[in-house]
Parts: sequence; structure tokens; C-alpha cells
Amino acid sequence: MTEQTHDIYATSVADAKDAEGAHVYNASGGDWDAIADEASSLHEERIVVNMGPQHPSSHGVLRMILELDGETVTEARTSIGYLHTGIEKSMEFRNWTQGVTFCTRMDYINPLFNETAYCLGVEKLLGITDQIPERASIIRVLMMELNRVGSHLVCLATGGMELGATTIMTIGFRERERILAIFEMITGLRMNHAYVRPGGVAQDLPPGAIDKIRDAIPLIRRGIGELEALLNENPLVRGRMVNVGYLDLTGCMSLGVTGPMLRSTGLPHDLRKSDPYCGYETYEFDVPVRDTCDAYGRMRVRMDEMYESLKIAEQAADRLQNTPGPVMVQDKKIAWPAQLAIGGDGMGNSLDHIREIMGTSMESLIHHFKLVTEGFRVPPGQTYVAVESPKGELGVHVVSDGGTRPYRAHFREPSFNNLQSYSAICEGGQLGDVIVAIASIDPVMGGVDR
Amino acid sequence: MSDSEERENLPAAPGTNPEPVVIGSRQGMFGASGGGDTSGYGGLVTPVLFPAAAVRPYGGYFDEVADHLERALEGGRAPYAQAVERVVVDRGEMTIFVAREHIVGVARALRDDPSLRFEMCLGVSGVHYPHQAGRELHAVYHLLSITNGGRRIRLEATCPDDDRHIPSIVEVYPANDWNERETWDMFGIEFDGHPALTRILMPDDWPGHPQRKDYPLGGIPVEYKGATVPPPDERRKYS
Repeated sequence: MTEQTHDIYATSVADAKDAEGAHVYNASGGDWDAIADEASSLHEERIVVNMGPQHPSSHGVLRMILELDGETVTEARTSIGYLHTGIEKSMEFRNWTQGVTFCTRMDYINPLFNETAYCLGVEKLLGITDQIPERASIIRVLMMELNRVGSHLVCLATGGMELGATTIMTIGFRERERILAIFEMITGLRMNHAYVRPGGVAQDLPPGAIDKIRDAIPLIRRGIGELEALLNENPLVRGRMVNVGYLDLTGCMSLGVTGPMLRSTGLPHDLRKSDPYCGYETYEFDVPVRDTCDAYGRMRVRMDEMYESLKIAEQAADRLQNTPGPVMVQDKKIAWPAQLAIGGDGMGNSLDHIREIMGTSMESLIHHFKLVTEGFRVPPGQTYVAVESPKGELGVHVVSDGGTRPYRAHFREPSFNNLQSYSAICEGGQLGDVIVAIASIDPVMGGVDR
Repeated sequence: MSDSEERENLPAAPGTNPEPVVIGSRQGMFGASGGGDTSGYGGLVTPVLFPAAAVRPYGGYFDEVADHLERALEGGRAPYAQAVERVVVDRGEMTIFVAREHIVGVARALRDDPSLRFEMCLGVSGVHYPHQAGRELHAVYHLLSITNGGRRIRLEATCPDDDRHIPSIVEVYPANDWNERETWDMFGIEFDGHPALTRILMPDDWPGHPQRKDYPLGGIPVEYKGATVPPPDERRKYS
């Protein structure tokens, strides 16, 4: 009997039949290049890979469809909408002030920019831009700049994480935690603040907030320094990022790319300088640029921007000490009747105000009721206002028909626009570089899909 | 010129006093609906008026932009008077209403002319005005000129609800690719000439276009401590 010894690795008879006529590549001992060339000439290694929407390194619920030739990405397409929550539609069914609560949830990494952009739009429609108290504008600037640092830290941290560098992640999130603690103290929440309101901000800074910010900024600066020491000249980081995700100025312009991606091409375009709002023209800061057009340049731009943001935050903190005053517009038809107080468990009622409306003044009660349930009316018209968010130009197009609700609120999300460049910066590169390239765009799917 | 005299939306001539644009009307005095109005003001009808066409001079850099656009459109497919329906200057912003068939030409002139050079298009957003017969759907484009120190203008093209077509400007501004897809997805405006006009935020087989005013918000009533809170679009409203 010529019974074969059972070999679990042996090809079964059926497989052998199937394999008849197929190419068999033997990688041992031959010239691999010749084999690879033969394979690529036959296009047999061309495969289509679906990545995401649930993938640990897809940067949120982003679905990527990649056509690969070996390790080379020949075509890259993306599919979005997995986080679409109809925020713009929902805003049409709430009053103008409530809109803040919705738009803050779009790009949840930089909620204060969403709120400020929307409120600047509503204020422009109302025609009260000049009446916003200076203290409110300074608080907005302070919060936005701290938020910018937080957003860039998340970008670098998750970007590092996707490269497998968990230390970058832990340092980034550790430093962001200091900023979130400040936000929690001031707004009562770590995200979804609804702190900036049409007419000003929801409440003044609580006692001790300025000191907390002053204490935190040097620590954050040191943390960023730590990140820089870890990243900037790290050969692994440079090897993964230099010349990866290349998009030059022409590409950025035609694809509507703004923010650090645009500034990494050498163009110092920053709305805080070219089209200042909230009094940015009075602060001293630089616009960092790089001219490498690649993922590494974007990382360095973000790194430098964080220092500039801290500079602005310090100036804002100084000004706040010398700028007393209300943080809400004087017009009682727009400003909510009370400044809410922050309790131990977040934002709460103002007891003085409750005493007044429930005990002494029926008119105040009626006014409060009308303003809170009905809201204020905004004269008909439309406007487009843009702020420089950490991702680029965050624009809001608000239309009013004279009612108490937004007739239409559309957000020009920088993440949404910048993500269009995905194909341009991934195609022709390596599969492993796709992750780096996406991370360097810094899309936040909450903002992309809204 | 008898043909153009019938067009109510010609560019406003100097010295004229254009009427504001009526986009709808509201009834009553308090904005509340769905209940009996015992105030005696229920019969009041107030028109909703949008800003009227601007009369020269527009102020700021807007005159310059209009002059340069007029010059840049000369000799093209459509002169300024034909392409531009109306210019509105409101709240320090300029809106140029463009006849939809000429939107590509105007966009190209705005991008390519050195003295205009609006090199960036910040997307298109749709607005649905169901009461504007024949001009129900608006596509609003926001342009930015970094070259000229951050100048901004807005283009607006309209189409009737029974002919939802506006030419795509993706060939001029590739940045508008996804934005036009979003506007198609949300409003049903078909951008002719778009390379791949598919839904982008909603699933491919979704029926309807959610941001239109005739599309309900949806939602279910929520019970809380014995009371029922109706979905947001069924609650009492004041506008």
C-alpha cells in the first residue's frame, strides 16, 4: 500500500485540481523583483480593500475604499455620512438660542468654534455685532484659543496613536485634560458646552478661573515641549511623515482646503489676520507656516500654532483682569434674563433671579417666559460669517425669515471640505501612508457629517 | 426691451427705489399657530420682506467688484446685464443673483480675472423658499479672494421646484464637488455637469430630500413622568 503520510499542510486533491492552469509563484530562491514585475504586469495583485467605517485607524466613522496594486494605492475613494444627525435640519425647529446647543455637537473636538461662528452669524443678522460687550469677546477669544490647543493635541495624539505610538497619545490627552478642566470650571461641561450664546456668553468666568488658566498655561506649554521633543526630529516620525500626503498650494486652492493644511504649503492665510472677528486684530501673534506641503509640515504647523494660541490666551487672561463689565448684550429682548450659576453639578439656576420672578415681579416672569419659550425675532436676510477653526475656515450661512427660529443654518465645515483632498493625497502612495495622510487632514466626522 | 421690462428682477438703476422681495407672509400678531386666537389680531397679514436690490453706489469694494465683473463678462457668452439679475448689498455683504444658465461663466470670470481673482469657493448651500413661485430653490455660493485681501462675495442662483436644474460649477471650482452633492442630497437640486452627482450624507436609497421645507423633521412622542412630549415639529411654535 502506498498510503501517503497525512500532512496537514499538503494541498488537497480538490485544491490541486482547481489550481490547474493557475500561476504558481514560488518566492524561494528566485529573483523577487522579476516575480513581482510579472505579477504586476498581469494585474493579479490588484485588489479592492474596504476600510472602515469602523476601523481603529480610520479616524472616526470614515469609510475608505482603496484599490491596491500590491502595496500601492491606485485609487482611493471615501464614503461619508455615517454620523449624519441632521443638525442643520433640527436647528430649523428650535429657537435661535437653542441652535447653539445643536451646532456645538457638530465638530465635537472644537465645540467653542462652532458656537462662536453661529453666534457671530446670528449677531450679524440682528445687527448687534458692535454691541457685544468687550468682556464677552475676550472670553470668546480665550475659550477658542484654549480649544484650538485642545483640538491640535487631539489631532497629534490620535495621529500618533494610529502610527502605533501610544506615548504621543498619552501625552497629548494628558495635556488636553488640563484644558478640559478649565472648560469644565467655566462652562460646567467638558464638551457640548453651549456656552457662547447670541449676544455674548452664557455666564461670566467663575472666581478662580483666571488663576487656574494662568497656572495651567505653563504646564501645557511644557507638555507641548515634551511632545515636540518626542516628535519633531524623531527619525521614525520623520520616516513616516516627510513627503507623505503631499498637497501643494494649487491643490489646496482648487479643493477648497484651508487651515493648517493650507498653511503647510507656505501661504499664511489665517482669518484671524485677514478678516478679524472678536477683536483678534488687537492681539499679538504670528501665523506659523511651513512649505513642505506634507504631513510632517502640517504636524509642525499645528505644533507652532499651539504656542501662538497660548500666547493669545495669556493676553486674553491679562485683559480680562482689567475689563470688567457684562458678558451679555444690554438689549433685554435678546439677552436671557438671568446669568445661570454654576453649581457643584454643572450649570444651574440663578436663585436670585428665581426669587425675583416668582416672588416680586410678574412682569419679569412674563418676560422670562416669553423669551425662553418663544425666543427673539431676527430681521429677515442672510449672512455668511467665518472663523478660523483649528481645521480651517468654519463658515456659517444663516438665513432668517424674521421668525424666532433659523430659517436655514448651513455650516461650511472645514473637515468636510478638507476631506475632499483625500483621494489627491493618498493615490499613488503606500497603503500604510493612507493612515498618516488622513490623520494629517484631521477630519472630525461629527463635523464632516453634521 | 419689452421682454426685459417684464422681468421684475433687473439690476436696479441708479436713482430708483427698488421694492424689497416678498418671500412669504405670516398671519396674526404673536406668531402662535394651531390654537384659537382670541386677541383680535389673528387676521393680520405681514409680508416677509427680504432686502431689496441695491442701487449704485454699493459702497466698499462692491462697486469695484461689479465694475470688474461687468468688464470681465464683456465678449463672453452673456454680458453682465443678462447674467446678473440683481445685486443685493445687505449687512455689509454683497449677493449677486445670477441667472442659473450663466452661473458657470460668471464663476469662471470671478476666478480668472486678475482684478477679481476669487480663487476659493467655500461651497454651496441650498435654501428652500416654498412661497417664491418659480424661484423655490436657491443655491448660494460663497466666494473668497485671498489675493485681494480677503474679499468675499456671494452668488445666488435659483431654480423652480418643477425644474430643479442648475449647472454645476465643479469644472471651475473643484472644491464644490462634495458641496454640490450635499445640496443635491438635501434639496434635490440637480447640478448638471457634476462628475458624479450622488447622495453623500444620506444613504443611496433614501427617498426624498431632507432639508426641503416640505420634508417633515420626524420624531416620536416621548413619555416622561406620565406626560407626553410631542416631537419637535409638532410642538407649539411662535414663528
